[in-house]
Amino acid sequence: MENVVPREILIASIARLLDGVRHVAVGASSPIPAAGAMLLRAQKEQAGQPPVRISILGSVEHNFFTNGSTELFDCAGQGRIDAFFLGGGQIDGQGNINLVGIGEYPQSKVRWPGSFGSAYLYYVVPRVILFREEHTPRVFVDKVDFISAPGLSEEGVYRTGGPYALLTGMGLFRFDKEKRGFALESVHPGRSLSDIRGATGFEFDHAAEPRVTELPDSETLSLLRGRVLDELSETYPEFASQMREEIHALQARPKSIS
Amino acid sequence: MLSDIRSMAGLVQKGMKIALPVDYAGVSMAMTSALIESGVGELHIICVPTGGLQVDQLVGAGLVATVETSAVSLGEAGGAPRFNQAVKDGSIRVLDATCPAIHAGLMAAQKGAPFMPMRGLIGSDILRFRPDWPVISNPLSEQDDPVVLIPALTPDIAIFHAPMADRFGNVWIGRRRELAAMAYASRQTLVTVERITDENLLASEMTAAGTLPAIYVDAIALSPGGARPYGLWGEYAPDAAEIRRYASAAKTQEGFAEYMSGQRAEIA
Repeated sequence: MENVVPREILIASIARLLDGVRHVAVGASSPIPAAGAMLLRAQKEQAGQPPVRISILGSVEHNFFTNGSTELFDCAGQGRIDAFFLGGGQIDGQGNINLVGIGEYPQSKVRWPGSFGSAYLYYVVPRVILFREEHTPRVFVDKVDFISAPGLSEEGVYRTGGPYALLTGMGLFRFDKEKRGFALESVHPGRSLSDIRGATGFEFDHAAEPRVTELPDSETLSLLRGRVLDELSETYPEFASQMREEIHALQARPKSIS
Repeated sequence: MLSDIRSMAGLVQKGMKIALPVDYAGVSMAMTSALIESGVGELHIICVPTGGLQVDQLVGAGLVATVETSAVSLGEAGGAPRFNQAVKDGSIRVLDATCPAIHAGLMAAQKGAPFMPMRGLIGSDILRFRPDWPVISNPLSEQDDPVVLIPALTPDIAIFHAPMADRFGNVWIGRRRELAAMAYASRQTLVTVERITDENLLASEMTAAGTLPAIYVDAIALSPGGARPYGLWGEYAPDAAEIRRYASAAKTQEGFAEYMSGQRAEIA
């Protein structure tokens, strides 16, 4: 088995989840989703397949919008954006996300920044990937304290988009609209189903013995560690150099998955 | 038209609705200090569509009654400490929105229309706490199709920073069209700039396309480096270390006061 740092598994998983998209938008401070999108773009280019467009919000380098910050939303509203990432201070089993705060509203005990564009993009972007590295019961709750954007809508409500998958530091879930909840698809190396159950405040479907998340192959790793990290360091220099150090440390002590 | 920062700050009156841009679009930090110095209170801040350092400082200085926003944060430097504390204390009113709703409200005001319909929002707690945003059934649809109406959002004053103005009062905003959207919707627009050029920005097609014409601009003040410690596109990068220094100082009201008095000493 290859030596891989945990974040490389996340990045490669994101690239797989994005397979088939033409245009993916990434929030301003989301280096792992951006890296996943860049990896997919590099893979498609190498395979001679149709290009993947990436818009990183707030970036000058990776942003072709010329109509101000409204253009992303106009683009999404027309179906011109295939995938987007959302996180959440809290995420519940129905795919509701909370970006506002803990406790009563409006006088939150803990206030987070706010909902940003989630209460629109979650409705109109077909493939919304929920991404949160921290996998703890305080994040993955039974019911969020505030719904910034709901995972599901009542019948008759205009909704062309919604949750597609949930990727955390422990595992990968798919969202099942029919069953109105998440199903565990795979567990990252070094983690177990019982770890995930213990860290998740909601019920989810799973196989008796869920499979292990696929590791990136050597071709993927060399793209990721080369071209993708170079591209990433233009927008996220600190993150890219941190990744390089982790990879370097790993290569210095072989046969561990840290 | 050509003014100075203190006179411009004097145009901002108690209780006014003030539109301020997102942190990467051109924030007039120079006006933040001038407003704090003038002490004008009970402001209703409209973040277009999110806020950061400027909003946090105005809140910390006690000038703000209401923040209408999609988010307030210091980006990579973390949460907005004075804003978060004020929410916890209940000392400001927050009107939580989502980015395209702020844009929709400004767009309605720009067109002189009463509202803009908008997708999304239904089933969120954002909408539940916005009784001012009605849901109607789309009158053009044969099926039941609920849609949210965002009322026109008309700020009294828009304030931003841009690279350049000409001596005729035209302001170059490049591709940062949200600055134009703010100006179109607002009753008055105050702009600080890096420099003032003698050439008419509307005379060349190259600059005219990225120019906000003087008809929408009420006052301009020269203020080189006026967005710092934020960056200004095409001009200078943000000073991340300084923003982190603020984030850590402003964790307490005392730390905030000390940081701000240090800023004043530097200016004086």
